[in-house]
Amino acid sequence: MTTDSKGRYSSGSHSSWLNRAYKHHLFWPLALWLALLLFNLFYSPSFFKIVVREGHLYGSLIDILNFGAPLMIVAVGMTTVIATRGIDLSVGSVVAIAGALACQMISKGSDQSAVSLVLYAVVMALVLSLVLGLWNGLLVSITGIQPIIATLILMVAGRGIAQLITDGQIITVSSTPYQYIGAGSLAGLPFSIFLVALVFAISALLTRRTALGLYIESVGCNPEASRLAGIRAKTVMIIVYMFCGLCAGVAGLILSGNVASADGNNAGLWIELDAILAVVIGGTSLTGGRFYLTGTIVGALMIQTLTTTIYSVGVRPEVTLVVKAVVVLAVCLIQSESFRKAIISRWRTRRYPAEREVTRHA
Amino acid sequence: MLKRQHLPVAATIALFVLMFMMGSFRYTGFFSLQVLFNLLIDNAFLLIVAIGMTFVIVSGGIDLSVGSMVALTTMMSAALLQQGGWPAWAVIPFVLAVGALFGAAMGALIHYFKIQPFIVTLAGMFLARGLCYVISINTITINNGFYTDMAQTKIRFGDNFVSPSVIIALVVLALAIYIAHYTRFGRTTYAIGGSEQSALLMGLPVARTKIMVYMFSGFCSALGGVVFTFYMLSGYGLHAVGLELDAIAAAVIGGTLLTGGVGYVFGTFAGVMIYGVIQTLIVFQGTLSSWWTRIIIGVLLFAFIVLQRLFTMRSDRKTGSVEKMA
Repeated sequence: MTTDSKGRYSSGSHSSWLNRAYKHHLFWPLALWLALLLFNLFYSPSFFKIVVREGHLYGSLIDILNFGAPLMIVAVGMTTVIATRGIDLSVGSVVAIAGALACQMISKGSDQSAVSLVLYAVVMALVLSLVLGLWNGLLVSITGIQPIIATLILMVAGRGIAQLITDGQIITVSSTPYQYIGAGSLAGLPFSIFLVALVFAISALLTRRTALGLYIESVGCNPEASRLAGIRAKTVMIIVYMFCGLCAGVAGLILSGNVASADGNNAGLWIELDAILAVVIGGTSLTGGRFYLTGTIVGALMIQTLTTTIYSVGVRPEVTLVVKAVVVLAVCLIQSESFRKAIISRWRTRRYPAEREVTRHA
Repeated sequence: MLKRQHLPVAATIALFVLMFMMGSFRYTGFFSLQVLFNLLIDNAFLLIVAIGMTFVIVSGGIDLSVGSMVALTTMMSAALLQQGGWPAWAVIPFVLAVGALFGAAMGALIHYFKIQPFIVTLAGMFLARGLCYVISINTITINNGFYTDMAQTKIRFGDNFVSPSVIIALVVLALAIYIAHYTRFGRTTYAIGGSEQSALLMGLPVARTKIMVYMFSGFCSALGGVVFTFYMLSGYGLHAVGLELDAIAAAVIGGTLLTGGVGYVFGTFAGVMIYGVIQTLIVFQGTLSSWWTRIIIGVLLFAFIVLQRLFTMRSDRKTGSVEKMA
């Protein structure tokens, strides 16, 4: 999101322009994503074909946007949490709980397609997600428990809570307005894309056009120092966890609306891992202090493109996980400072045994 | 006199005894040695995996790949036995070696390239789970003589019995307690968990120990996988989904601090037993559904984490620094 410095990129000599592009935080995620798209271009040209059928757009690219929507939304929330040097493992559970509550409330109604009922259910599900986020935030900020542990509690218990809401059943609903959230289309595009745009726009505006983004980053750098500087570090933390919970809730509504049912066990399974992955690929470091919302979106798109590519190449879908693992490792190695140094120094310096010893423990 | 550093473990053991007594008073047939043995029989693999996890957590890391590694072990064993025609005595050392190597590779990535353990073991989790499906997407049933023998053998103690897996798990437990508290490797692990920088400055072999910790965890998950194969007599890519969470939860309930440097292998044993006793209570209750296990474990996790937090906060105030024990 440092596009405000774009104007300066155009000036200067060619080599320094390249150097700057290389240093830009979006360089690696974009390069990886473009490489994937390029592969698709050569492998299956139909990948980029978009057809219009009955006023709706169809094609692999639209699919990527549509199926990637929940991941993108969750990843945006996760980015703000990771920026405060936190992590939220419970998003998958919150996804399941939000879908379960909404479906449960709608299925109890006499007229499942009533807009007021659906609206009420959606609002209640989102409020519950906010409360769950608040719970995480309070644990992290007030009691000072490590984020990874604090959110582990809800991650473990959350699926049980979702099962409790649905009574262990998979609840199916036949509600047109509810299904519209996940499967409807607006102006020829899937409705979920607009939700992504909305979430992204709101978070980008709030963090980059107000001081909130600066607060988040300073809390991520050093909570104690930012408290002394007059920032309410605890409030900021609670806000980001609540926002992350809300994002997970929205994603849960999209996921369960798409299949018109709620499955407490499998809805949003492992989405927290994909979301963290998207954030890391996008260039946000897990150590906090800096965050890149655009990078996260590109990272999430890359993960979804990878999944779609694997399907379209005809590799058995089960192998997706292996490819994903290899990509995760490759991305992390490229981003790892010491890995790049190790490779570069192999070319550049002569290594004496003592020097090797020093650098190894540096 | 009970030392304060032993309090979390003591609380866990007390909780276990309390829950067991509660079950004994409420349900007929609960209070028997066999119920206790069944806890061990059903959770032998979890115990082995959680012990490996304890070492990783004590060293300040985390290993998310254990559940997938268990699944991969069942899958490799099944494929080699049934389709490859390998004998059991070749399969078991092979899968154990694969597990140890897998762990060591992750440890090397974590140490040398300074990537967060969370991310590396996450990739390991995807990789191992994916490799299961590369072998086969279906369940492979095992009818090898040695494996069925191991599944059916009952080692009798009077009227009651345990399975050979329980013996394996208890041997691992004893070994792990010895390694953690009476060897150089164990002490170095605690030191790294306390402060990696200080351990380095003290001249401790940080690189070797860190890699060995993950290697040990990989080995334990493979061994847990072997025991799980005895238990299930099949290989399947969806075996042991979410086991990593159970293992982490067991370690935390057993008093291991996720920040590293603090924890007891015996505490993890108590944590696993609590896990088992909750499941048994729910089975005896009859009307409660299995998802209550998760909720109760979540509540317990919360209680123990807050408890530990209170302890460390109080010692912070007293000594001005976080108390670490080695």
